[in-house]
Amino acid sequence: MVPTMRQEATMLLIHCPYCDKTLPEVEFAYAGEAHIVRPADPAAMSDEAWRDFLFIRTNARGPHFERWRHVHGCARFFNAVRDTVSDRFLATYKAGAPKPDLATLLAETERAR
Amino acid sequence: MTHFSFMSLLSGAFSANENWRPQWPDATPKDEYDVVIVGAGGHGLGAAHYLAKEHGITNVAVIDKGWLGGGNTGRNTTIIRSNYLYDESARLYDHALDLWEGLSQDLNYNVMYSRRGVLMLAHTVHDEQSFRRHIHSNRLNGVDNQWLSTAEVKAFCPPVNVSPTARYPVIGGALQKRAGTARHDAVAWGFARSAAARGVDIIQNCPVTAIRRGPDGAVLGVETGKGFIKAKKVAVSAAGHTSVVMETAGVRLPLESYPLQALVSEPVKPCFPCVVMSNTVHAYISQSDKGELVIGAGTDQYTSYSQRGGLPVIEHTLAAICEMFPMFRRMRMLRMWGGIVDVTPDRSAILGKTPVPGLYVNCGWGTGGFKATPGAAHTLAYTVARDEPHPINAPFTLERFTTGRLIDEAAAAAVAH
Repeated sequence: MVPTMRQEATMLLIHCPYCDKTLPEVEFAYAGEAHIVRPADPAAMSDEAWRDFLFIRTNARGPHFERWRHVHGCARFFNAVRDTVSDRFLATYKAGAPKPDLATLLAETERAR
Repeated sequence: MTHFSFMSLLSGAFSANENWRPQWPDATPKDEYDVVIVGAGGHGLGAAHYLAKEHGITNVAVIDKGWLGGGNTGRNTTIIRSNYLYDESARLYDHALDLWEGLSQDLNYNVMYSRRGVLMLAHTVHDEQSFRRHIHSNRLNGVDNQWLSTAEVKAFCPPVNVSPTARYPVIGGALQKRAGTARHDAVAWGFARSAAARGVDIIQNCPVTAIRRGPDGAVLGVETGKGFIKAKKVAVSAAGHTSVVMETAGVRLPLESYPLQALVSEPVKPCFPCVVMSNTVHAYISQSDKGELVIGAGTDQYTSYSQRGGLPVIEHTLAAICEMFPMFRRMRMLRMWGGIVDVTPDRSAILGKTPVPGLYVNCGWGTGGFKATPGAAHTLAYTVARDEPHPINAPFTLERFTTGRLIDEAAAAAVAH
């Protein structure tokens, strides 16, 4: 797909890995950064480490690992990799699946163009 | 610097407007500055103005990757108000409001601050209780805010649909009369002109790629598209891109960047007297002096740096506007855009020192930074000049996310959550 230079607003199309369908953004809810594991023993953590868990996010300018929920469909959470500059989805995958390797993913996306 | 007055405008008009001079030079960077400010928006340029004017620090550069005022300063809906719930926020935003009132005179530049009033509509019992709580809290803090009945709402702003058969009938509203709007571009231009006249360098189209630190951890300067610039102090005021810049200094911030969209209609004759917000129906609207209706709502749901945002948000916003103001149903929209806003977990700004000596930050203004422009700039300049917090910005530290002393300000978003 050739990236367009359109500047007007559009709607994201998101692939749900459970329904195996590509559907409009309005069916989905964004659910923040992915692969943040809740610490097993919060009481044992320093204030700084607890702050990092609660509040500090990558806020990546570029590929970003994030959670989405197909709230008006199967209602399940899944993970996605999206470029936050172009809003293009590089991949979506089921919750619990291993974090994809970014370099491989970028190379695949480049080839698919 | 030309001093603007009635006579200077008159002589400009009689010379066919051909003798106007550029208001500030486009500077080339020097090797070294006392203070480098990253981000030439209203906040950054304002800080330079106050550094020069109130603290005598004029060896200052304001650096921006684009043109000045081209970020969120040029992308907001220009609403100014200070009816925030908590003491800390009320003090900060009311300080800004005090400065807004004298800003045109201070800068000798008309920022078109207009006290036309901001009216927040209540549609549910929860709205009314929440607004009344805000009104009481505001009155204790000396911030003006008053309750209007449905009839008073209609009298103050006739275009509002107050029909009891509306999907969300208006049961009243909270009015801050001192609130209003200002001309966003003029704010950036006025601060730039005043700062430049006092010797501040404004360097445009020059991205700051990294903040460099010395072996002792203190700031050395900034790497830019035009080479390394040495600086004793660096203040970052880069809105949605603050976390990207600060990361290069090894400081991670509790920020997420979201697109916030706005749009304007075709210009029409004056038909809308004030600013109206509705949290429940979810939109806000005012009319610019040029005649366009200026409309906005909440952020997009996902983080992004695309400065554009999705169409569903705009559809939702316009549906809300048509519901509240049936007379605008056939109005055509002219332009829409997005700005990248940096949102903190408690929806309050981070303003002050960082763990890095000589590095200061002014960020996290989220969806409501424009109204704070002079207040944020004024207190940031104080903090940079003296290396200590201003009494007003002292609660807005980065440490509050470690200590848990948050300023959990539900009124922060123009359309609250």
